[in-house]
Amino acid sequence: MESKFTATGVGVTADGAVRILGGRRVLDRVDLRLPAQSRVGIVGRSGAGKSTLFSLVAGLDQPDAGTIAVGDRTTARERLARCALMPQRDCLLPWRTALDNAALALENAGVPRREARRRAAPLFARLGLGGSELLLPAKLSGGMRQRVAFLRTLLADKPVLLLDEPFGALDAITRAELQQWLREALASEPRTVLLVTHDVEEALLLCECVLVLADGRVTAELTVEVPRDLPRREIVTSPAFVDLREQALEAIG
Amino acid sequence: MRRIWPPLALLAAAIALWAVVVWAAEVPDYLFPSPAAVASSLADDSGSLGSATLVTVREIVLGYLLAVGVALALAFVLHFSAALRRALLPILVLSQTVPTVLLAPILAILLGYGLEPKLIVVAVVCFFPVVVNAVDGLRAADPELIRMMRTLHGGRLTIFRRVELPGALPAIFSGARVAATYAAVGAVFGEWAGSSAGLGFVILQAQPALDTARIFAAVLILSALALILYGLVTLAERLLIPWQREADCV
Repeated sequence: MESKFTATGVGVTADGAVRILGGRRVLDRVDLRLPAQSRVGIVGRSGAGKSTLFSLVAGLDQPDAGTIAVGDRTTARERLARCALMPQRDCLLPWRTALDNAALALENAGVPRREARRRAAPLFARLGLGGSELLLPAKLSGGMRQRVAFLRTLLADKPVLLLDEPFGALDAITRAELQQWLREALASEPRTVLLVTHDVEEALLLCECVLVLADGRVTAELTVEVPRDLPRREIVTSPAFVDLREQALEAIG
Repeated sequence: MRRIWPPLALLAAAIALWAVVVWAAEVPDYLFPSPAAVASSLADDSGSLGSATLVTVREIVLGYLLAVGVALALAFVLHFSAALRRALLPILVLSQTVPTVLLAPILAILLGYGLEPKLIVVAVVCFFPVVVNAVDGLRAADPELIRMMRTLHGGRLTIFRRVELPGALPAIFSGARVAATYAAVGAVFGEWAGSSAGLGFVILQAQPALDTARIFAAVLILSALALILYGLVTLAERLLIPWQREADCV
């Protein structure tokens, strides 16, 4: 699935972004720098401004001061054209099959349904969802629903993916499975990824860089350098990983 | 189908009680007819009652379709325009405080004894629950889902067609089911205000003749018509919202 964006990728930057909601500075001079096809995690308590930052990057909202750029574009409309959002709950449409849910963005963009299905189907097989194409969401497990939701985000064919606590509602075992799955999926479909989570471990496992957001400001920026090819259990117990986790938890406060 | 037996049994018991009370107290038929008298009136007058039923069915069905059509069109407009919604919804609520019974004679004066005034009375009676439920249902769409759709190439109309409208169908149908039970009453009001045929007209004619059994027969048919309309709307709901049953089965 090559396109004008995904072949080379697009970065995201924020310079002094401020957003005031209801008299409160939800975001207070936030700077971000995501190189193209990098994976950056944002952790913080609820109410730290994570979702607001997402709305700004996605072009669903405008900063009160500062600038946000996706690629070299700064208008809300152009940011919106380059970002795809995966919400916290899977938000699958209950009246569409898994395949039709995944193909939603293609149909929204005007691709006829048959053609949209034809383009979405190979991704199902490749990412381990073969056989569930024709099931309605009600028949899928939580983990499968989240996988379909991620495919739907991928198939929007946008260079930047905004993942908002994608595995927040899953049990620990399924979540670990999906984290591994997401790493593999992103290896075969590279994108610039901004991942919001309250799970520090998840951010460190999936991202190259983790920002800690507290009271609307970036209070720590951690470059994640840990061995990636080991089994999960060995990664999370490695000294480097433990040290990063401590730093992040301390910055969250 | 098993759910149909308890109410049916209760209904049978009520009819039996009715028959026993009328028989034991020796109530004359013109005051309160026995079930047997109503049944024989249904059988004896089946020809005239049948043609009256056809007239009323026409009023009910066309009036109901008119109500649903106008209500949905209005709900869509109100959904897209917040300004109109704020201005018009309170007036719609206010309009419901005007007794529609009073509207019928005015319409008969304006439009005569034909089909049109009855359609309008039926439509006015049925229209409100559909509009209100449709507007609420459309607005109940998950805001997170809409944010997501906007990042997935979803324009305003696409979001309406793919998210808001299908999501509002259960609400629209619950309004439509309530409206279905009003339609028959609306048609009778319409006929009472001025008509020369229909079940309401049959009731008007039977009253001075003290033909109470015939009135009961007409009422029975009207109830059956309302029930059938309700059943048809429920059937349409099942066909149009199959995912709801699928979700229930899990």
